[in-house]
Amino acid sequence: MLSSAHAPRLVRFPSHCLLRPINSLHTAQSSPLPTTTAPSSQILTIRKSLLTKQTTAVDLAKSFLDRIRRTEPQLNSFLYVSPDDVVLKQAEELDNKIKNNEQLGPLAGVLVGIKDNICTSDMPSTAGSRILKNYRPPFDATAVRKLKQSGAIVVGKTNLDEFGMGSTTEGSAYQVTANPWDLSRVPGGSSGGSAAAVSARQCVVSLGSDTGGSVRQPAAFCGVVGLKPTYGRVSRYGLVAYASSLDVIGCFGSSVADAGILLHTISGYDKFDSTSSKREVPDFTSQFAGKDYLESKPLKGLRVGVICETFGDGVDPEVILSVRGAVTHLEELGCFVTEVSLPSFSLGLPAYYVLALSESSSNLSRYDGIRYGNQVLEDELNSLYGHSRAQGFGSEVKMRILMGTYALSAGYYDAYYKRAQQVRTIIRDSFKAALERNDILISPASPSVAYKIGEKKDDPLAMYAGDKMTVNVNLAGLPALVLPCGFVEGGSTVLPVGFQMIGAAFDEEKLLKVGHIFEHTLQVSSAVPPLVADELTR
Amino acid sequence: MALTFFRGLHTHSFLMYPSSFLSRKNGMLYCTMKSIRGQTETQEKSQHQLKVSTQTQSRKHDDIFKNFEAIIGIETHVQLSTLTKAFCSCPYNYGAQPNTSICPVCMGLPGALPVLSTKVIESAVKVGLALNCNLSLSSKFDRKQYFYPDLPKGYQISQFDIPIATGGYLDVDIPLEFGGGHRKFGITRVHMEEDAGKLLHTGNGSFSQVDLNRAGVPLLEIVSEPDMRTGIEAAEYAAELQRLVRYLGVSNGNMQEGSLRCDVNISIRPIGQLEFGTKVEIKNLNSFSSVSRAIDFEISRQALLHSQGQADQIVQETRLWEEGAQKTVTMRKKEGLADYRYFPEPDLPGVTLTEEYVDGIRCSLPELPEMKRRRYEGMGLNMQDVLFLTNDINVADFFDSAIAEGADVKLAANWIMGDIAAYMKNEKLSINEIQLNSHELVELISSIKGGTISGKIGKEILFELMAKGGTVKGLIKEKNLVQIADPVEIEKMVDKVLADNPKQLEQYRGGKTKLQGYFAGQIMKESKGKANPALLNKILLEKLNAKS
Repeated sequence: MLSSAHAPRLVRFPSHCLLRPINSLHTAQSSPLPTTTAPSSQILTIRKSLLTKQTTAVDLAKSFLDRIRRTEPQLNSFLYVSPDDVVLKQAEELDNKIKNNEQLGPLAGVLVGIKDNICTSDMPSTAGSRILKNYRPPFDATAVRKLKQSGAIVVGKTNLDEFGMGSTTEGSAYQVTANPWDLSRVPGGSSGGSAAAVSARQCVVSLGSDTGGSVRQPAAFCGVVGLKPTYGRVSRYGLVAYASSLDVIGCFGSSVADAGILLHTISGYDKFDSTSSKREVPDFTSQFAGKDYLESKPLKGLRVGVICETFGDGVDPEVILSVRGAVTHLEELGCFVTEVSLPSFSLGLPAYYVLALSESSSNLSRYDGIRYGNQVLEDELNSLYGHSRAQGFGSEVKMRILMGTYALSAGYYDAYYKRAQQVRTIIRDSFKAALERNDILISPASPSVAYKIGEKKDDPLAMYAGDKMTVNVNLAGLPALVLPCGFVEGGSTVLPVGFQMIGAAFDEEKLLKVGHIFEHTLQVSSAVPPLVADELTR
Repeated sequence: MALTFFRGLHTHSFLMYPSSFLSRKNGMLYCTMKSIRGQTETQEKSQHQLKVSTQTQSRKHDDIFKNFEAIIGIETHVQLSTLTKAFCSCPYNYGAQPNTSICPVCMGLPGALPVLSTKVIESAVKVGLALNCNLSLSSKFDRKQYFYPDLPKGYQISQFDIPIATGGYLDVDIPLEFGGGHRKFGITRVHMEEDAGKLLHTGNGSFSQVDLNRAGVPLLEIVSEPDMRTGIEAAEYAAELQRLVRYLGVSNGNMQEGSLRCDVNISIRPIGQLEFGTKVEIKNLNSFSSVSRAIDFEISRQALLHSQGQADQIVQETRLWEEGAQKTVTMRKKEGLADYRYFPEPDLPGVTLTEEYVDGIRCSLPELPEMKRRRYEGMGLNMQDVLFLTNDINVADFFDSAIAEGADVKLAANWIMGDIAAYMKNEKLSINEIQLNSHELVELISSIKGGTISGKIGKEILFELMAKGGTVKGLIKEKNLVQIADPVEIEKMVDKVLADNPKQLEQYRGGKTKLQGYFAGQIMKESKGKANPALLNKILLEKLNAKS
């Protein structure tokens, strides 16, 4: 086992960043900082303490609701928090089940945050847009239905850039979410609310959606684990569409195990989504059961390709340093590391924006003010459309609709949409080839750490450029796991750095295995932001 | 649910009185229409067509017409009678209360996704094969984008550059009264798409309401080559398509309900000219006769403009057929082509057909109208009979099963086209709704042929069978209708009648031999119609001419 005294780790991570792992949330027991303890799965811990009656679901729920109450005024992660009595009633039902020795679902008592572009029948689902203000869907998204069936308690709806269009969560029509590590910084986006909520332990795990990096980039910015599944692994039914051929529902957790268990719960074929895959979902959760890695090289023989194009210009040197450190760590774990070149990598960003915007211009046509959502009454039909949409959509969304409409217009289609599809094929093929020679590919999750709120608000191109690490993965439809690998100094505090592991289609299992071993031999991913660290270490 | 998530253009009273009234009215309309239409529909309509075309064509116009040639193509939308809508499990029932057959998918709610019903593909493949098309083994769906309140998603799921079937043809036999002859009209393409909802406009026009029951119902769009030259040809093409989809069982093909919608494209050019004239589209054609009449009107309108040197006034536009005024009027002028910004539908995987699947469907195809017509022709029936019998698949089935039981082809055809058709028309019933079945028709024919009953009695029984049912044998027995073929019994009746009419007998024997008919009638009456006519006449003549 790689001990805590393992020298290189201390070099890579300044000692003040080695925060205490969260292995007991609900109890107030105080113990000395066990820096050698591996980051534990909150889900498994909760399950164990419920079954051994060390705690009750009600107490557990109360502690999270309390924390939400305390932290939410500063963070604004949630657009909607379920009323206490609703949450506690579900917790009570679980406690009764435990009392009666009834079978518990795999996520029993786990409080989950849901990105607000995922439909919930008992809560508003606005997608962060004014045009869907107060909109309540008549159905649960398939992923939400599966969560509820497995005993999870949905605690609220998390903030996002309107319709998922943005990388900072500043694009929400309702509020700006702060990064728990530094309240003056963005949490990333578009799933910024879901990332911040898990980071600040406002909930155990959360669902996000990832069209071009919207799970992975905020996971990196907030220092949590973010998992983007293979396209088709999770049903999109109930996910408010941004770009249908790229959208996937993804998972946030404070450990790889939590993200993996969450993914396992929501995966699988769904007859309501004909793009969902009929492939069997392997049980990749068993490997998370408290195993120690006694061998010195637990990842011996694993072929790791480092995408050299992602370490070039425009990437912060500290980020590069941190990710290189993670690569070194993988080597120490026995991986065989090589550099991989993907010459088409830089084509991903423009191709992504053409395709995503084209599809979004079509997907957002349904918000016309006729059947639901914001309606501005007018005598004439075109004015009704115009004013309902003009007042309902924010400026970023309008810009994207305009650009997408342009790209699909007669005379431009071939030059933009069709060309971008061709590029997409090239990118998909190049990733496929690289993943035949390697088990996983490595890159930074984002070119920078979290930046200041407002910093890129008026510079959309700079914001778009921040997506260059992640968009290719969506174009290729591949799974990717982002996990924290270090910190950089950010003024008064430190800011997390995340790195991305990309796997072959439907091989989430391998990513989770590598990620789990990685974090178990390194303490970083269980780090909690200072905002809640005091409370948790009390 | 609909109330909560649905709003009309005006925010209130979405499911209120006006729309439900409208739908109920439609429902009643449907019932009356249903009884009017039926297998005699096209025949009826054809007669109209004949009248109208002779009415509208004055001699002067005839001369103008002669110098022009019309180029006509038809775009037909066929509503498929699948159990569910194309992309969700909602059923569709024509005339149902507004917004009672809707779900998140066909309402276009955020997050809802379409899932294609395989029945739609099956129907499309059937129609593609029946129209002799090439099938695309690998096609896809595309989004056709435009805004309209009856289009919940802001786009229609359709097929753009790779339709499921292309390059076929349709065989049509023109009825004799329109000159007869056989035509082959080209089919450009067949593609699958979804229907939109309906707008219900209030009487005072202050607001409109949206009914999404029809949204998402599967359609096939069938585009013809511009191969038709007259209104009659176009109407017959449409009628043949209706027969085809009914034979295939993929649609009820009802034009009044909108299950079969025809939009006509028409241009004219001076005969001999190579380039086409300006194309005009005509909509709102609710019957085959309106197809024919609208085209004839449009040809004469355009020909007149040409002949008056005002050909430049023929512009590319969509015109509406006004049934009341019997004319076409401008609906909208087109400023260039609309840009629908088609792109591949990312929510649906591509449509892949295997050879085995297509072959399986090919083998299961029923006998199609064209094959049936050729077969009936081969049985010796004339084209008029052939067209009548094949027009309605139920009539054809009735006829076929009668033939299968050994009925005489010509006799069976005559009975069906004569008394049975007349009865159905009067009573406004279809052949499946009358009580007579083909087996009893066969019995009836053989009872007459075998001399058990007379033709006259046969007719009486037929009406009883059609109205109340029962069997031929049962009725003959019950009513004691067996023909009297016993010479002794007939002789008795002859004797009685002769004895009762001494004066007429004297006149006959005095040379007024025409009176034979009078005696025969009296004797038949005496026998209550049951006497064998041949035997009766033979005995009567013997008695009349006997010297006594």
